[in-house]
Amino acid sequence: MNIPDQLKYAESHEWTALAEDVATIGISDHAQTELTDIVYVEVPETGRQVSAGDPVAVVESVKAASDIYAPISGEIVEVNEAVQNDPALVNTDPYGEGWLFKIKAEDASQLDALMDAGAYQAHIS
Amino acid sequence: MIPYDTRKIDKIGCGVDSGGIVSEEKNSEVKQTPLAARHVELGARMVAFAGWEMPIQYSSIMSEHLTVREKAGVFDISHMGQIWAKGAKVAEWLNGVLTNDLSVLAVGEGQYTLMLNEKGGVIDDLIIYRSGETEFLLVVNASMIEVDFEWLENQAVGADGIELDNESDDYAGLAIQGPKAVEVWATMAGESGKALPQRNQIARVIAENGDALILCRTGYTGEDGFELFCPAASAVFWWDKALEAGCEPCGLGARDTLRLEKCYPLNGSDLDEEHTPLEAGLGYFVKLDKGEFVGREILAQQKENGLDRRLCAIRMTAKGPPPRPHYGVFAPEGGGQIAELSSGGLSPSLKEGIGMAYLPKDYGKVGTKLEIDVRGRLYAAEVVKKPFY
Repeated sequence: MNIPDQLKYAESHEWTALAEDVATIGISDHAQTELTDIVYVEVPETGRQVSAGDPVAVVESVKAASDIYAPISGEIVEVNEAVQNDPALVNTDPYGEGWLFKIKAEDASQLDALMDAGAYQAHIS
Repeated sequence: MIPYDTRKIDKIGCGVDSGGIVSEEKNSEVKQTPLAARHVELGARMVAFAGWEMPIQYSSIMSEHLTVREKAGVFDISHMGQIWAKGAKVAEWLNGVLTNDLSVLAVGEGQYTLMLNEKGGVIDDLIIYRSGETEFLLVVNASMIEVDFEWLENQAVGADGIELDNESDDYAGLAIQGPKAVEVWATMAGESGKALPQRNQIARVIAENGDALILCRTGYTGEDGFELFCPAASAVFWWDKALEAGCEPCGLGARDTLRLEKCYPLNGSDLDEEHTPLEAGLGYFVKLDKGEFVGREILAQQKENGLDRRLCAIRMTAKGPPPRPHYGVFAPEGGGQIAELSSGGLSPSLKEGIGMAYLPKDYGKVGTKLEIDVRGRLYAAEVVKKPFY
């Protein structure tokens, strides 16, 4: 299972990468493996203000729709158009082309509440 | 790696799982089939379904679905129920409690039929086989075994010499489905093995290892195939044989998408006690002129007066999220909600969203434009001819 060291992880299986004050968010390799064939991705509208823990996106497999939660608070500043056209990118490249949305962090210290790779590994073991 | 969701769901495909991507809830009250360990070894994601811990998928629903359409897959159907009915007048008695006419069945033949309440609503749908002149086998839905058996026992009160046996726990079952199912059986049975029975027929055979098997040439996928019921203790032996003969293991997820493409109803979703088989489009399996049976009066009235609603096939016409059970069905252009989906999902064969709903008669015509509510947004859909595939 691929769990990159430089990312932070939520219990609900989203990963977060912070660059300056903008966080990129996607779902973990573990999550995409469990979901299998992702057939639809619904991303939030840019400009929307979200709070940590809000359901902001939906990833759907053949069988189920799963809410994706904002790991931190802030404004949605960008969404991945490519995954809407090709949802399988979430399966094939969950940490790369399969990213979902970006949040301009209100308070970057919120990332401290997320798990590091080691803790996330333990969480899913 | 956590064992994937043992989340409590009554039905596969209940829609949004608000618990996050991977639920860790465990349910200790569910029963296991004799194949449970095999499923876990094969990497299955196990879920609670109808009181049983069942595999929902092994590799992926999409690939398992296509395997059954193109080659052959094997499903664990050990959760399904087997009820025997015997007695000198059992045929006449059963004809009074089920909708189809079983007087036409020769020994070895079977048919799809329904068990109704007094209001004509569906208690269960099942396959019945005439295994002997005065003996029938009823293969019923897992969630309904106790309900069906009790209902049959109540119906048998006062009937002469009817013997009912619920042997569901004695049998394990495999459904082997797909265009290569006949070849699979030839390999499984070995050189001295008997040929499969013809479509909708049943055969009792003694296998090379001495197992007494029941082979039924039926299924729930729309492909050729058979269901094999064996002693529960031999389940692993026959499961492994099926895999060695080229079957891929398939879970309830693919079973659901396969049956939905064929518009086969799922009891508890598309069928329930509030809807009659005529409304469900199953009139072919209801023989109103065979004589009295439970629920007949209401069905005869419906037939005479016409139906107010019908179970219809609905296809999404615009790119969008897959439709799912309980999503609202709306009349177009602000016409308001007219129904909710009883089943729905992405069709792996057609790569588009499909579903079924009981639509009021004004909206049931093929070509009627509709809208489906997905999380508050409406997506274009239309009524299409059954089946989808």
